[in-house]
Amino acid sequence: MTSPVLTVWRKEVTENFRDRRTLFSALLFGPLFGPFLLALMINLMLEKTVTQADQKVRLAVTASERAPNLVRFLEEHDVVVVPATLELAQARAAIRNGTHQIVLLIPEEYPARLQEGLPAPLKLISDASDSQTGKYASHLRALLGAYGSQLAGSRLLARGVSPDVIQPIVVDDIDVSTPAGRALLVLGMMTYFILFAMLMGGLYLAIDATAGERERGSLEPLLTVPVRRQTLIYGKVLAACCYMLGSLAIALVAFTVALALVPLEALGMTANFDLTVAGKVFLVAAPFVLLGAALMTVVASFTRTYREAQSYLTVVLLVPTLPILFAGLYSLRPGTWLMAIPSLSQHLLITNLLRDEPLQPVHVLVSIATTLAAGLLLTWLAGRLYQREAILG
Amino acid sequence: MIVIDDLHKSFGSIRALRGVSFTAQDGRITGLLGPNGAGKSTTLRTLATLLKPDAGRGRVDDHDILAEPLEVRRRLGVLPHAAGIYPHLTGRENIEYFGHLHGLGAAELDKRTNELIELLDMGEFVERRTKGFSQGQRIKVAIARALVHSPRNVVLDEPTNGLDVMATRGLRSLIRRLRDAGHCVLFSSHVMQEVATLCDEVVIIAHGVVVAHGTPEAIRQRSSTESLEDAFVAAIGSAEGLE
Repeated sequence: MTSPVLTVWRKEVTENFRDRRTLFSALLFGPLFGPFLLALMINLMLEKTVTQADQKVRLAVTASERAPNLVRFLEEHDVVVVPATLELAQARAAIRNGTHQIVLLIPEEYPARLQEGLPAPLKLISDASDSQTGKYASHLRALLGAYGSQLAGSRLLARGVSPDVIQPIVVDDIDVSTPAGRALLVLGMMTYFILFAMLMGGLYLAIDATAGERERGSLEPLLTVPVRRQTLIYGKVLAACCYMLGSLAIALVAFTVALALVPLEALGMTANFDLTVAGKVFLVAAPFVLLGAALMTVVASFTRTYREAQSYLTVVLLVPTLPILFAGLYSLRPGTWLMAIPSLSQHLLITNLLRDEPLQPVHVLVSIATTLAAGLLLTWLAGRLYQREAILG
Repeated sequence: MIVIDDLHKSFGSIRALRGVSFTAQDGRITGLLGPNGAGKSTTLRTLATLLKPDAGRGRVDDHDILAEPLEVRRRLGVLPHAAGIYPHLTGRENIEYFGHLHGLGAAELDKRTNELIELLDMGEFVERRTKGFSQGQRIKVAIARALVHSPRNVVLDEPTNGLDVMATRGLRSLIRRLRDAGHCVLFSSHVMQEVATLCDEVVIIAHGVVVAHGTPEAIRQRSSTESLEDAFVAAIGSAEGLE
């Protein structure tokens, strides 16, 4: 004779394993959605970067004969100068209808003023709301600024003054982001995908535990067996946990494969994600399984029908994103008290692992303890909710 | 033996039971008869410890439904009104699941399941998954499931609902066999003929109270009517008159 919890667990695992819809969402759609989306996004980013790097800035210049030195300077800096004959109004129209991306207008007075040593006007016309030409425009602005400094320098030299006079400071840009750190921009959403996969694994089991059993009319017979109601619910939560652990494992293996396949290095990133890291992520995320299963069971126990349970639980799928969102907004760094918040603590720990930073044992301990405690509390609550007469519907 | 004593139960402002009392003896078939909404299902659900009464008591083989719900459930075989089965399990797995939950050992459960499969003539379909079973096949699985722990007392809530003629006849003969084996059988119905042909005792219930109780013959004689149906109408009518 086996314990009733195990009897319920075995039946739920068997039954759901035979249900194609559950299997599809728990072991296929849930775990593979994240890795697939991530690989797709990285590939798209990569394609864009590569094509952008190949493309030179194309600049339409009017009356280029008025500024031959400037045009030569631009061409030396990889700008493709396209001669054009446009008035200001025509140039605006040309930008708007996409004939040209950026137009440089050289006014009539430019050569004369340059000759006299007065500020010589140039007009740069672009659409700043277009992120791509915005980037080109700022690149051009920097080039024009450099050209201006060069002119200023030679003017000062001609007057016997060192050009250093007008360069009181020099800024050296040093980027300390590591390739793994840069990859984090992309991998930041991985925690959510991991938690999403996990919750999808138990979604249909949680619905089945209450709304499903009620709708099929099998709940009433089940409650006439000489087993306490909370024991039945514990068996169901346990079965959901098993499916969720399975989904989590599949998702992590899929991530490992996906990240090994996409050429992250070409984006100047390295993914610190092999099977060892995946194993650690599994251990860090696993305590959330009980909390997720119990939370979904509690929510489902308030619903009347399968459909209603489905729509409420879709909202539950979004719950773990909230702490992650806050973490992003306030750029939270791991701290002991933050580890007391389930889903946030998993996010911070997984981020640590992805950054290849060492985990602090106390953080891991607090995260596991608080998440498990919250899970046990919700499991107990689910058991309590099963005692209500309203559970019969 | 089942003893129901002055059960009261309200759902919000609806008073479903307003003092239901009756006794169902061992070795007898007791029929709970009443129109829809009379309180039949609420009575049986309270007896099966699915609902807690607001007041009153119930005893099954001398075990109180409030004090010893698990002991009561062990002694009851319940076929509820909604007796759904698990579509992804086979008929046999459905029965065995409940056997395990009743704490039966493997050998005992195997023997009992095979007995029930033969008794209910389920050999042809019991090894198939129940998805796509006919209503009659489903009810058979549900009945076998309710009887898997060989309960002394059997409670059936409108068991013949949705059954065809042959299945109904089969069920009736099963109920008689259970009675002859000394079981206490309590079943509810709103079908007059069924109660009249099958029951040793009839409890007529209306508006949450028992309005008549006795053998079909006694009830008919007491209301000095030709048939049980007339007695039924008379009983309900008088109940309404009392209000």
